[in-house]
Amino acid sequence: MSDFQPILTEHIHQKECHTLSFYISVGGYSALEKVLAMSADDVIELVKASNLRGRGGAGFPAGVKWSFIPQDGEKPKYLINNADESEPGTFKDRLLINKTPHQILEGMIIASYAIGCNTAFIYIRGEFFKEYQLLEKVVAEAYEGNFLGKGILGSDYDLDVVIHRGAGAYICGEETGLIESLEGKRGWPRIKPPFPAIEGYLKCPTVVNNVETLSNLPHIINRGPEWFKSIGPEKGPGPKLFCVSGNVNSPGVFEEPMGIPLKDLIFDLAGGIKDGNELKAVFPGGSSSAILTAEEALSVNMDFDSLAEIKTMLGSAGVIVMDEKVDMVQACLNIARFYAHESCGQCTPCREGTAWLVKILTRITSGDGNSNDIDMILEITDNIGGLIDFSKGSFGKTICPFGEAVAWPVRSFVEKFENNFRQYISQEESVT
Amino acid sequence: MSDNNSHKDSFEYVNPDLVDNILSQYPDKRSATLPLLHLAQTQEGYISNAVVDTVAQITETHPAEVMDCASFYTMFYLRVQGRYILQVCQTLSCSLNGADALVDHITDRYGIGPGETTPDGKFTLMKVECLGSCGTAPVVQINNDYHEGLSKEILDELLESLQ
Ligand SMILES: Cc1cc2nc3c(=O)[nH]c(=O)nc-3n(C[C@H](O)[C@H](O)[C@H](O)COP(=O)(O)O)c2cc1C
Ligand code: SF4
Ligand code: FES
Repeated sequence: MSDFQPILTEHIHQKECHTLSFYISVGGYSALEKVLAMSADDVIELVKASNLRGRGGAGFPAGVKWSFIPQDGEKPKYLINNADESEPGTFKDRLLINKTPHQILEGMIIASYAIGCNTAFIYIRGEFFKEYQLLEKVVAEAYEGNFLGKGILGSDYDLDVVIHRGAGAYICGEETGLIESLEGKRGWPRIKPPFPAIEGYLKCPTVVNNVETLSNLPHIINRGPEWFKSIGPEKGPGPKLFCVSGNVNSPGVFEEPMGIPLKDLIFDLAGGIKDGNELKAVFPGGSSSAILTAEEALSVNMDFDSLAEIKTMLGSAGVIVMDEKVDMVQACLNIARFYAHESCGQCTPCREGTAWLVKILTRITSGDGNSNDIDMILEITDNIGGLIDFSKGSFGKTICPFGEAVAWPVRSFVEKFENNFRQYISQEESVT
Repeated sequence: MSDNNSHKDSFEYVNPDLVDNILSQYPDKRSATLPLLHLAQTQEGYISNAVVDTVAQITETHPAEVMDCASFYTMFYLRVQGRYILQVCQTLSCSLNGADALVDHITDRYGIGPGETTPDGKFTLMKVECLGSCGTAPVVQINNDYHEGLSKEILDELLESLQ
C-alpha cells in the first residue's frame, strides 16, 4: 500500500467530518483568514506559482484562468463551481461533497475573492439530490459563521453562494453548456471565443472551476506553492483523486500524488483484477480518453504529460478497468451509445456521427457487419473529431470538445483491438 | 392513468414563498427556470403544459422557451410517471458489473421494458447514463435515492419494501 498522507481526503473516515465544527477543529477556514489579509493579485500570483491545473478534465492552470478576468470593467464577475460530475468512470467530486463540503466552500470563497466576484454558484448534477440537500445545510452553516454573506470575517468582502441543480445532461459539464443551463436554457455549448472569462454567465466575466480544483486551494494557501510543487511532477503537481472502477477487486477513490504508476493504482490500491483474470484494457481518464492496452497501462504514470505523451489524457482521472473477458466491441458500443444519447444535437457531425457509430457497432455485434464497417467507423470519427494531433492540440469540426471526446475513445478501440472487430466480421463473412 | 391531468389548464405553486426565494437568488428571472421546473415537478410529478405556462409567466419568457428547456433534460418528465422511477445505470462500469441483468430482471418481474410503466402506475423503468457512482456499480436510482452495489436479491428486497 501507498505511504502517501492524503491531503484532500485526510479526514474522510472521521465521524461528522462534513460539519462546520469538525472542519474548524482541523484548521478549516484558516486559509480564508490569510487570504482576506492579502490582495487579490497576490492570491492569483500564489496560485499561479503553485502550477495547480484544473481537475475537471482539461487541466488548464487555475491561476492563469483567473488572471484572464478583466479587472477594469463595470460588470459583475461570477465563479461557478462545476459539480456536474458526469464523465463515465468519475465519482470523486461526490466523495468530496459528502465528506469535506466546507473544504470545497473555502476554496470557492478564496477563488471568488481572487477574481473579485460577489456571487458564486455551485452547479450540481440533478441526480445528486442527497448531496444537494447536504450542500444547502453546509452553505447555511457558513452564512451563520460569517464565512459567507456580508463583511466576511470582519473584512469588507461580501459573497453569496447559490446552489443550482442540473437536470440530467452530460453536456452541462462542459463549461459553456453549463453556463447556458444556468441561464435557464437548454445546455447548448457556445462557440469560443469569447471565452467565459470575458463573456460567461449573463455575458459577464466568469470562471468555471471543478470541485476538486477548488478543494486544493486552502492547502496551497496554508502550505505554499513550493510545497505543492514538491508533490508529483512539477509542471502538473499536487495530490490527486483517482477513481478506479470496472473489473477490479476493490474499486474506489484513491488520493495519491500526481504521477503514480497506473499499475499501482490497479494492482495495489484497487486490489487487482477480479476473479484472477488478466488485465485487457483501461480507460485512464474517463470514457472520453483514448483507451490503453494492458501493456501500455502497465508502464504509464498518471499525470497530465505522461498520458498526453502516449496520446491519451488524464481527463477526469476516471480509471475504468476491463479484464480479458470483456468484449471490446460491446464495450465500444456501450460508450458510443452513451455519446449518441448525450450529444446535444447542435453540430451535425456530432449528432449524426454518434448515431451512425451506434448503428454500425450494433450491426457488427449482431453479426451483420462487413469489412467496410471498420473503415467507416474510422471515417466517422475523423469527421466528428477532426484530425487528431495531440502535439498541436488541434480541434475538429464541432462547437465543443465533446466531438473529440467521442472520436478519441472509439478510434482507439478500433485501432488497438481491431482483431476483436475483425473476428465478428469474419465469422459473419464465413457464414455467408 | 387515473390522474392524467396534462389537460389541466392551470398550475399554481402551493408554496409561493419558495418561488420568491428562488427568484431572489438569481440576478435575472430566466436563470430561475431550472429550479422552478424542479419545484413544479416535485409538486405535480411531471411538467404539464400548465406548468410550462406558469414558469414562462414568472420568468418572463415565452412558453416555447420553457418547453425547449424542459424537453432538453432527461430528469424533467413531460408525462405522468410511475410512483417509483427505477433508473438503472447502463454505462460501462455498471454494465461490466451486471447492470444489464438488473434491467432484464425488472422487465421479467413487472412486464415493463425501459420507458414503460406498470398498469397500476407503481413502477416506471428507465435506463439512465452514468450516475457518478461507478465505484459501487451496479447502481439503481429510485426517485431521489441511490442504491449501490446491487444484486438481483438485494434489488428484490428493495422493490418489495416499496409501498
Ligand atoms: C463533454 C464535456 C463534459 C465535461 N464534464 C465536466 C464535468 O462533469 N465536471 C467538470 O468539472 N468538468 C467537466 N468538463 C470540463 C469543463 O468544461 C471545464 O473545463 C472545467 O469544469 C473547468 O474546471 P477546472 O479548470 O477546474 O478543471 C467537461 C468538458 C466536456 C467537453
Ligand atoms: S460537439 Fe456535440 S455536444 Fe458539443 S456542441 Fe456539438 S453537437 Fe453539442
Ligand atoms: S457507470 Fe454506472 S454509475 Fe458510473
